[in-house]
Amino acid sequence: MSFANKVRRLSLAVSAATALGVASATQAADTIKVGVLHSLSGTMAISETTLKDTMLMLIEEQNKKGGLLGKQLEAVVVDPASNWPLFAEKARELIEKEKVAAVFGCWTSVSRKSVLPVFEELNSLLFYPVQYEGEESSKNVFYTGAAPNQQAIPAVDYLMEQGVKRWVLAGTDYVYPRTTNKILEAYLKGKGVAAADIMINYTPFGHSDWQSIVSDIKKFGSAGKKTAVVSTINGDANVPFYKELGNQGISAQDIPVVAFSVGEEELSGIDTKPLVGHLAAWNYFMSVEGDTNDAFIESWQKFIKNDKRVTNDPMEAHYIGFNMWVEAVKKAGTTDPNAVGDALIGVAVPNLSGGLSAMMPNHHITKPVLIGEIQDDGQFQIVSQTPGLVVGDAWSDYLEGSKDLIADWRAPLSCGNYNVKTAKCSGQNY
Amino acid sequence: MLRIVVTTLLLCLMAPLMAADIQTGVPELDAAFAQIQDRNFDTKAEGVTALAASDHPQTSELLRGLRDGDLRYLKDNNRLVWMRDQAGDTAAIDVLNGENYGTFGSRSFKKLAINNAMRGQIDALLAQRQLTDPDPTVRLSAVGAMLGNSEPAHAEMFARLLQTEKDPAVREAMQAAASLARLSDPDPQARRRAIASVAESLEPVVRNGLTRLANNDPDDAVRAEAAAALQKINDRAALYGHLETLFFGLSLGSVLVLAAIGLAITFGVMGVINMAHGELIMLGAYTTYLIQLALPDMTGLSILLAVPAAFLVSGAVGVAIERGVIRFLYGRPLETLLATFGISLMLQQLVRTVISPQNVPVSNPDFLSGSWQINSVLSLTYNRLYIFVFCLLVFAGLFFVLKRTRLGLQVRAVSQNRAMARAMGVRSARVDALTFGLGSGIAGIAGVALSQLTNVGPNLGQAYIVDSFMVVVFGGVGNLWGTLVGGLGLGIANKLMEPWAGAVLAKILVLVFIILFIQKRPRGLFPQKGRAAEG
Repeated sequence: MSFANKVRRLSLAVSAATALGVASATQAADTIKVGVLHSLSGTMAISETTLKDTMLMLIEEQNKKGGLLGKQLEAVVVDPASNWPLFAEKARELIEKEKVAAVFGCWTSVSRKSVLPVFEELNSLLFYPVQYEGEESSKNVFYTGAAPNQQAIPAVDYLMEQGVKRWVLAGTDYVYPRTTNKILEAYLKGKGVAAADIMINYTPFGHSDWQSIVSDIKKFGSAGKKTAVVSTINGDANVPFYKELGNQGISAQDIPVVAFSVGEEELSGIDTKPLVGHLAAWNYFMSVEGDTNDAFIESWQKFIKNDKRVTNDPMEAHYIGFNMWVEAVKKAGTTDPNAVGDALIGVAVPNLSGGLSAMMPNHHITKPVLIGEIQDDGQFQIVSQTPGLVVGDAWSDYLEGSKDLIADWRAPLSCGNYNVKTAKCSGQNY
Repeated sequence: MLRIVVTTLLLCLMAPLMAADIQTGVPELDAAFAQIQDRNFDTKAEGVTALAASDHPQTSELLRGLRDGDLRYLKDNNRLVWMRDQAGDTAAIDVLNGENYGTFGSRSFKKLAINNAMRGQIDALLAQRQLTDPDPTVRLSAVGAMLGNSEPAHAEMFARLLQTEKDPAVREAMQAAASLARLSDPDPQARRRAIASVAESLEPVVRNGLTRLANNDPDDAVRAEAAAALQKINDRAALYGHLETLFFGLSLGSVLVLAAIGLAITFGVMGVINMAHGELIMLGAYTTYLIQLALPDMTGLSILLAVPAAFLVSGAVGVAIERGVIRFLYGRPLETLLATFGISLMLQQLVRTVISPQNVPVSNPDFLSGSWQINSVLSLTYNRLYIFVFCLLVFAGLFFVLKRTRLGLQVRAVSQNRAMARAMGVRSARVDALTFGLGSGIAGIAGVALSQLTNVGPNLGQAYIVDSFMVVVFGGVGNLWGTLVGGLGLGIANKLMEPWAGAVLAKILVLVFIILFIQKRPRGLFPQKGRAAEG
């Protein structure tokens, strides 16, 4: 089936479903619906459109393999338009009206926080594919992106091995960078780094005038100790940041920048020659060598009809999450959220870097952590890889108030924030 | 069960990738490259050292190729090759004997991977080899590259080199490098002489060396002299620091002025609250992108062409907006606001649908990259410098149009008293359209400048619309000088506050200041005087 046909069928299905409840009820009998909740307009469209396409591709491939439980899968795509309250409304629409079996979606933490009560109230499943700040574990959410210990901490460890002694923690001013930097600061201090050797800096969303900050970083880094920047700067603001670094003559050899939000997709919009050697930490790079990855890239470029399109880490997270859901549905023999949620724990599926990722009882998954250096072709050269898989940690071990908490959604504990000291589950769901 | 899965996985991951050794035909090189091919970066680094130690005539070339990532090897025959473009295909040329192996696809050769530490190592090795290069400029940069990791052993090395060195510039650099190395000389007298000879330098390595001496040196006299020299250097560095802040402020200000100056015409002179102003800027930036697409290898020329093109594109869209929508809404500011806001959303979505929701790459020409290094603590980036000059040029041009041309006269006449101007035979409708087009065209030009600084994407305009209104209102509605002074002033204020307040708070403080200022002087910095002000 051509892509155009697919879209037509989809939009028909969506409009039919929203216009006529009856039509959707009859359709629901022979298909299993899967909700896709990604912004297709507004500021986040830049990142989320790709994930919507990834989901359509995965669903199409599953259907080619004969669907699931003998039924075909049907994607229900909605557009929450980068508007956080609208995410909650659209989630409600997907669950209540469309009766989807599971939802794959969200990018920003604030959108996840916005839909969380809806998923808990209506008891449905959300697969969240983006790296995030942790400090959360919900019965209804499965976190397939990296927790801080699967991205930030190994990246800092790598830089320490490279002899870095002074640290600039630069981020955009919102919850993910603030929490991540709090964890990193505690971690660095625990490793004996003095407070004077840590500089923390926050900038507004879409910041474009980096002159003074880059100049400050330059001064901070000229004190004779090897300095690195740990960047939680969000998407858009990165381009002017790196441009300013290049213009002020700071190369990756002088002061390397390790970023947690810069991947292949973000780099495809810029000339990466001045960035060669700057780093990123992810759980997947397009340049990973292996047959599963080659096959995934090939089918993606074929699906999107563009052999220049790149793949990135959140796409892999959806790949893992979707396959886990498929396996769990097969295991449970039903799409009932309770049964699937229980069956998901312990499911292991291949990831794209050549291993198996497993869903842990805290609803986070196991992943390898890769550190890559940016190359002049916009790809990453992997320079370090954790020897094994790292288990996602919902509650950071480096923060007061969070280090005693664990999440375990298996009976009899069934708790997202169990305090091992007081032996109490705070009862709060997230 | 999970644990077993994880362990098996671990084993899978650790299985080494099998790769055959590189064949160069030279045994020492083969041994070195076998190490460089290894997956472990420590082994690789040893390989680089071995490569540098080998006396093959092409060693320097190989090291450079390795550092720049140009060195590949063919999977077919394991020969080291350069990949060269030949009529659209990439041909593999043997590095050592120059043999052409024909064309290959991207999956048939591999790059030799290196990391930052190795890049630094290769640079140092190359610098050492280049100290005896026949070209004095190469020698000079090699000495500069060695300043970064100054060691006591360098003092003797440079002293030896100075015996044969003839070029005065290179001699000077070598003497400086030798003095720097002598800062760690065991003899206190030598250290004091070294302090005196580096006291004029602003290089960070010198400051770090002096700081070390001032704090830890066993000799009191050395400590005191180092502290005094350091104090002088720090004072000078602080002065340059203030200059730098001033430059940053002027540069941020010039961006604000550029973004706002078109609005100073449409809002300031015509009184139209144009919420689509940001999108007109965005269209200018996209025009730059499209021209670059059309002229892929002429970045410099494309930027110059983009200036008039962006003026025409945004100007034409502006005229269309005025003729199509705004002229029906004169005197109804609220409806104008809503209508132009609608237009701004439409323009954004248009770009998203037609071009891409993703940001598009706009490359910087060479003359807009890099910085003008005045000394080692003060450098001005070229793109900011040019944009400041460009901003002044645009301002001067616009000022000329409004004060010295017939159109300008008519614009001022219509904005001051529409009825009277009409009575004098001015076709006010045509003037309105042209004025709006002029303001919009200037916004387009601002877009060209912004494309060199920030992301070009559908949301580009939104980031500047609030700032633009802020500058125009602060400067005084209807006054171009107000926009210039207001914009530059806000830029400097912002940058003065940023170091101690942080970027987020600085922005808030500036906004609070403007609100308070407007309470005191509702008509802004340079209020319009006379009867026009009443209208």
